[in-house]
Amino acid sequence: MLKKRLIPCLILRDNILVQSIGFNRYLPIGKPEIAIEFFMNWDVDEIILLDINATKQNRKPNLKMIEFISKNCFLPLTVGGGINTIEDVRNVLKAGADKVSINTAAFSNPELIVESSKAFGRQAIVVSIDVKKNSSGDYEVFLGSGKKSTGFEPVEYAKKMESLGAGEILLNSIDKDGMKSGYDLSILKKVSDSVNIPVIACGGVGKMEHFVEGIQQGHASAVSAANIFQHIEQSTIVAKAILKKYGVDVRLISKANYDDFEFDEFGRVLKSPKIEKTTWY
Amino acid sequence: MERVVIIDYGLGNLNSVKNALDFIGYPAIISNKKEDIENADYLILPGVGAFSEGMKNLQSLGLIEILKKEVLEKKKPILGICLGMQLLAEESEENGIHKGLGFIKGKVERLKTNLRLPQVGWNNIIIKKDSILLKELPDDNFYFVHSFAFQEKIEDIVTSTCNYGNDFAATIQKDNIFGTQFHPEKSHISGIKLIRNFLNFKKEEKK
Repeated sequence: MLKKRLIPCLILRDNILVQSIGFNRYLPIGKPEIAIEFFMNWDVDEIILLDINATKQNRKPNLKMIEFISKNCFLPLTVGGGINTIEDVRNVLKAGADKVSINTAAFSNPELIVESSKAFGRQAIVVSIDVKKNSSGDYEVFLGSGKKSTGFEPVEYAKKMESLGAGEILLNSIDKDGMKSGYDLSILKKVSDSVNIPVIACGGVGKMEHFVEGIQQGHASAVSAANIFQHIEQSTIVAKAILKKYGVDVRLISKANYDDFEFDEFGRVLKSPKIEKTTWY
Repeated sequence: MERVVIIDYGLGNLNSVKNALDFIGYPAIISNKKEDIENADYLILPGVGAFSEGMKNLQSLGLIEILKKEVLEKKKPILGICLGMQLLAEESEENGIHKGLGFIKGKVERLKTNLRLPQVGWNNIIIKKDSILLKELPDDNFYFVHSFAFQEKIEDIVTSTCNYGNDFAATIQKDNIFGTQFHPEKSHISGIKLIRNFLNFKKEEKK
C-alpha cells in the first residue's frame, strides 16, 4: 500500500536555515546541509528546500548549494524559490533536485507549468500555494510571503494548476504558519478532495497529533512541517511513531521503537516510561 | 574496479543515479558514446519522462543497435530504472502504442486503479521470486513515481510486485536484464542496497 509521507520543509533565507513565524518573523537555525544529513537518517520520506527570499531579491536559485546538498541526499528532494523560467527548472533539476516547487511564477506565468511539465514530466512540478483568509473572511491565494492578493479562491486555483500540468500541490496556510495550532483543516480538505493529484499539507504543526489530523481529517497525501522538526529531539522518528499509533500507514526505517513509550503534549519522549513499582529491595 | 555507464539519452535526473553510485564507491560515467558503452561492465538505463520521447532519443542517438549488441549478444548486465525499465518492453500504450527495445516480452500499460495518478510516494514490494537484486534488503518500501507499468502477468520474469489498486510488476529479471519500476537512487538505504546487489551480479554469476 502507498504510504503517507512525512516531509520536513527547510526554509532558507540568505542560505541560512530559519524558523518562520507568520511569514514575517524569522529566527536563524543553522546550515541546511547539516539538517539534511540528519533528516536523511531520521525516517523522513522526502525533503523540501524553500529559498523564501530568492524571488523578492530577484535572485536565481543557488545551484551550487543544490548540487552540494543533493550529493548525499538519497531521498526525493524538492527545491523552490526563484524559479521563474523553464531554464531555471532545467538547471535546478540538473543540479540534483527531483522536483521543483513553483509559487509566484505559477500565477504570473502559468505557461511555465504547461511547458515544464511537458519537458520534465508532471511528477517534477510541484505548485506551492499560500492561502490565508482575506479581509472579508474568505480563503484566498496570496503571493510574496502573503503580501500580494491574487483574487483566486484556493480550490479553483489548485484545480487550474492541476489542469495546467502540476504533479503535486504544496498547500501552505499563512494564518497558521508558526502558530503551532495545527493545519488549516477546512481548506486542506476542500483542496485535497477537489484535485486528483497529491496534496502536501504545510503550516501550523505544533504537536505530532497535527500530522494525524492532516491526513485523517484534511485528506492530505503527505504532511509537511518546518519548525517542529528543528526544536524537538528525535522529532521525525517520534512523528512517525505517533502516526503509526493512530493507524496511519507510514514507512518506518529507524531502528528506534516507540511502541511502549509515552509522549508529552508536544511529542517529546517522556524519559521515564511508566514502570510498575517493584519490591526487589 | 567495474566500469559503470549511466546511459544519457536526454531524459531524467542522471546525476541522482551517479550520486548513489559515488556513495557506494563506483565512479560511474554518464555517457551516450559507443566506446564507453562497449567498454562498460555494467549499464544503467535511467529515465523519467514519456515512453515515445525515450525511444525517439535512443533511436536518434543510435543507441538501440549498440544496446542490442551489448545486452542481448554480449550479455552485459543492464538495470533499467522507471522509464528505463519500461523501455525494455516490446511496447507501451502511453500516448498511443509505441514500440520499445523488446529485450523483455511484455507490454507497458496504464495502472489500473481508481486512486490518484501518478502514483507518487513510498510503496512496499512483495517478493515473488528469488533475484540477486532483492537480496537482504533492509526494508521493502521504495519510492515510486509513475502512471504506467509492466503488466504483471509475465510471471517468469517478475521478481516482485507492488499494489496500487491492482498489482503491477515492481522488479523484473531475465538473465542479465534487470528493471525496477521504482527509483532505487531515491529509495534511501533499501535502494542503495539494491544498486549494490546489481553490481554484484557478475561476481555471483561466477560462483
